[in-house]
Amino acid sequence: MPAEILRMTGIRKEFAGVVALDDVDFRLFPGEVHALMGENGAGKSTLIKVLTGVHGVDAGTVLFAGEPVSFAGPAAAQRGGVSTVYQEVNLCPNLSVAENILLGREPRRFGRIHWSALRRRAVELLARLEVSLDVSAPLGQQSIAVQQLVAIARALDVDARVLVLDEPTSSLDPGEVERLLGVMRSLRAQGMAILFVSHFIDQVLAIADRMTVLRNGKLVGEYTDITARELVAKMIGKDLPVLEGLRGEVRHGEGTLMQASDLGRKGSVAPFSLEISRGSVLGLAGLLGSGRTELARLLFGADHADSGEVRIDDTPVALRSPRVAVSKGIAFCSENRKTEGLIQDLTVRENIILAMQAARGWTRPLSRRRQDEIVARSIELLDIRPADPEARAGDLSGGNQQKVLLARWLITEPKLLILDEPTRGIDVGAKAEIQRLVAELTADGMAVVFISAELEEVLRVSDKVAVLRDRHVVAQLANDSLTPDDIMATIADGGER
Amino acid sequence: MNTYARLVKHRLFWPAAALVLLLLGNFVASPRFFAVQFREGHLYGSLIDILRFGAPLILVALGMTLVIATGGIDLSVGSVVAISGAVACLWVSRLGDQNSLGGTLGAVGIAIALSLLLGACNGFLVSVLGVQPIVGTLILMVAGRGLAQLITDGQIITITGTHYRDIGGGFVATVPLSILIALAAFGISSLAVRKSALGMLIEAVGGNPEASRLAGVASRRLIWLTYVFCGLCAGVAGLMISSNVSSADGNNAGLWIELDAILAVVIGGTRLTGGRFSFGGTVIGALLIQTLSTTVYTLGIPPETTLLFKAVVVLAVCLVQSPQFRRKFARRSRRSVPVVKDEKVEVTL
Amino acid sequence: MTTLTVSRKRYLPILATLVMLVGAFGFGSARYDGFADSQVVLNLLIDNAFLLVVAAGMTFVILSGGIDLSVGSVVALSTLVSAKLLGHGWPAPVVILVVLVIGASLGLGMGAVIHFFELQPFVVTLAGMFLARGLCYTISVESISITNPFFTYVAQTPISLPGGTHVSIGVVIALVVVAVGVYVLHYTRFGRTVYAVGGSEQSAMLMGLPVGRTKIQIYAVSGFCSALGGLLLAFYTLSGNPLHAIGMELDAIAAVVIGGTVLTGGSGYLLGTVLGVTVLGVIQTLITFDGTLSSWWTRIVIGALLFLFIVLQRLVTRRTR
Repeated sequence: MPAEILRMTGIRKEFAGVVALDDVDFRLFPGEVHALMGENGAGKSTLIKVLTGVHGVDAGTVLFAGEPVSFAGPAAAQRGGVSTVYQEVNLCPNLSVAENILLGREPRRFGRIHWSALRRRAVELLARLEVSLDVSAPLGQQSIAVQQLVAIARALDVDARVLVLDEPTSSLDPGEVERLLGVMRSLRAQGMAILFVSHFIDQVLAIADRMTVLRNGKLVGEYTDITARELVAKMIGKDLPVLEGLRGEVRHGEGTLMQASDLGRKGSVAPFSLEISRGSVLGLAGLLGSGRTELARLLFGADHADSGEVRIDDTPVALRSPRVAVSKGIAFCSENRKTEGLIQDLTVRENIILAMQAARGWTRPLSRRRQDEIVARSIELLDIRPADPEARAGDLSGGNQQKVLLARWLITEPKLLILDEPTRGIDVGAKAEIQRLVAELTADGMAVVFISAELEEVLRVSDKVAVLRDRHVVAQLANDSLTPDDIMATIADGGER
Repeated sequence: MNTYARLVKHRLFWPAAALVLLLLGNFVASPRFFAVQFREGHLYGSLIDILRFGAPLILVALGMTLVIATGGIDLSVGSVVAISGAVACLWVSRLGDQNSLGGTLGAVGIAIALSLLLGACNGFLVSVLGVQPIVGTLILMVAGRGLAQLITDGQIITITGTHYRDIGGGFVATVPLSILIALAAFGISSLAVRKSALGMLIEAVGGNPEASRLAGVASRRLIWLTYVFCGLCAGVAGLMISSNVSSADGNNAGLWIELDAILAVVIGGTRLTGGRFSFGGTVIGALLIQTLSTTVYTLGIPPETTLLFKAVVVLAVCLVQSPQFRRKFARRSRRSVPVVKDEKVEVTL
Repeated sequence: MTTLTVSRKRYLPILATLVMLVGAFGFGSARYDGFADSQVVLNLLIDNAFLLVVAAGMTFVILSGGIDLSVGSVVALSTLVSAKLLGHGWPAPVVILVVLVIGASLGLGMGAVIHFFELQPFVVTLAGMFLARGLCYTISVESISITNPFFTYVAQTPISLPGGTHVSIGVVIALVVVAVGVYVLHYTRFGRTVYAVGGSEQSAMLMGLPVGRTKIQIYAVSGFCSALGGLLLAFYTLSGNPLHAIGMELDAIAAVVIGGTVLTGGSGYLLGTVLGVTVLGVIQTLITFDGTLSSWWTRIVIGALLFLFIVLQRLVTRRTR
């Protein structure tokens, strides 16, 4: 085995007192694909940012080709031989493929850009990736997969010795993924050291020679031979606390409320079929990025499905927009409270009545007395603090912002409530309250779709669990005495048990 | 918090203070500034003049406030002012009896209907076709001047009708009618947006378009409505301006008023990025601009140089609102304190 | 197949402009005697040389996704500064240099404010518009005529062309500006960065391009072009006037848009802007030749064209995305 090209030892990084990386080691050899695995927040992107010089380190050393290095930023890292390709293609769609590969370092002659040399060079670089296409066509005409390859070609131009691929496959379809993996194989054969970040287990197992798993900013271990099941266990951590069940029997609900058949959207979620019953909770389980949020958005009309249909009470419904969904009694609490939930500048009161008022239209305002009543009741019910309806919503803590959002939808008395990560980033007490609330709501006949990254939480509240993996619904399990291990196994095996 | 601190923190404090300061400055320069006289049953004086000549700007700025609150902008108001005045004057000038009340009302009705239509065109471009507001309204800004001149046939239409002249120059119970119209517009629109849910929904759309969409707000219709309202305000202002001089000038009526209106709105504390708006602030902003013009005039500075002042004010206000500027400024004054990224910067002006 | 249709769509606006230009010109020559006369065509250039230069600067700004509303005022300021300084007996070359430096520095200042404080270009250049126009009035509220021999020489010396026709020196300067502009946009890294910033500022930054520097330079280029346009206008009218070029920013924007440059930036050509200016010129000429149509029809037609092209752009960009 050749000498390692990169060695990171004892890396530690804190952000305002929060430890993001704690004593992490990582090494990379030429001619290998080394996967960096872990859930979101495990520290993968922080480690990459430390490597490419976006962040400095608080402790630890980075050796590149045996020399200690500390890059000043991504551009410096690139010059030094470490190139990064990100999940979103950061190229200019309006320029030609060739320009995108060589922008900023165009070959010049007599001080002017030498266009034919530029095109020639671009063709050569793409040929290295076994890609051939019209390099003078605008990049925007190419598929995302090709754009991704162009980004790689750009990264390779600077005599890269280490190529970092940060979630490159997230928006690709299976054929495109295969093509990208092929390119990675041929680069590996040419001696490139590739750091591959992905949460698609199949892909990692298919290509990686070695895997490093992080969890909560700590190194779990480095593995060369590991099964999918073991890998998932390492990523999530085995030491799950045993929780007493919140529910008794599995409720099968009181009749079907919503039925989705072959609903799907390209590049987002593969077509799936689901049934949601009144008075029951459907949990969505899966790793981050497995398509849980995307599925929820389709059910709410926040994104347009490009296949399949939705029936509510056995009547087909075209969910053209959230507005239509709201009128059909569907409510959706987004996981991004700040960007997709709250209007930060408005008060708590205004945020709570927003959806109700929007449904009534601007000409039929809720009287101020009614507003105050509703809001006071919500604040009391959900224990929103400070209990001041006129406080600016943006000034509230995360947990209280979440409750404001929840209140916004509860007062519309929806038939179906979709909760995307309702308990993320809030304290244990508030968490239990929200879980209890979900149980109460379903007892009153509401249907709930509950999304959470914490498996035990999903299992505590759900009657049925749909398991997602790599943007597919791989299994739907009735929750009678399911354990997190069962779910993990399902995720790892892709539902083929 | 004591009363003083609360007063200073109020978002209308700084614009109001600037206005008071400017008025006091005028008083120092010319002690007769605050004198309000009562002549022939009418009120006269510098303060009354500021209100009277500021009335069209107040109207236009009120309309602009709602558009800006949605995160948009309307550059075409100047052209709408010109068109509305031109149509009304043309209609009156064709009347057999220019003093007929019915005929004058007809002229007003037609001008207002046309203004509503023009506003609806802007709204269509922005909300339905999704054209950027600056660009969409630029079209009418360019073509509108031409339309106004087409209507007046390139001439300045002079009219003699007394009813029409009353819109801008008349008095009701000793108070100039134009002031009353502006006051009524302010009162009615304030009531309309705050008593209905319009104000809140507009602020929601301007404050966070995506969150509003996900909450089921019909933002397209709302945005459209704000442009129609803006057209209406500009139309009434156009009537007032042409009535003041009893003539319609397609070329110069309402020239630069879009800029003054934008300035008034921004001074009044409504951010150009949309969200929270304040009609009261806008009125204060409009009065501040009008007082500035009057001051420059009374001080004997060439009136055209007000543009210089306005340039400085625009830049100052925008810089104060810019988070980047505040951050840099804060860093300089408190060097050792790390500056936390603050997305929710309050507007103090 | 798809590639073909898409790339054809890319050129659709500019093709539409070309068709329209040919149509308008054909219409004019069929209808009016002497319309197709080559001197009429050249006059069109002579009358619009300053607009061409200003629109060239505006093309840089719009390509980068920005907008510059100050150009008209900077043009007026340049005419006034020239007239005033020449009146004080300053030598012409020094005056020209001073004017160009003022224009470029104004642009530089606005660009810096836009970049460093992340303000919307439209607000900053609006302030610049007020500022320059206000400065005009502080210099003079009336028209000042220019009698400097160099300026009158440039204004009055025709350059003869074959066929008994002629152009002004201003036209030559404008064409040189266009040629230099095309070269810069197409053959220099600065030019390509302009396109990259217009395509996606975020990406350009992550690709390691000097985005901030480029943005500031773009506004400096626009300021410089406005000042040069002002000089050409001073040659053309032999006067400085605070009322010159009111509303010219709109003509410049219209010319750029009609010339096929997308207002959101990233796509378009300087030669398209030349077409755009020519279209505006032909419309003016048509209206002048007609005699019964009044001058305000120009504005209305420009507005209608602007509408047409903006809607066209929306449709084209919507399809390709």
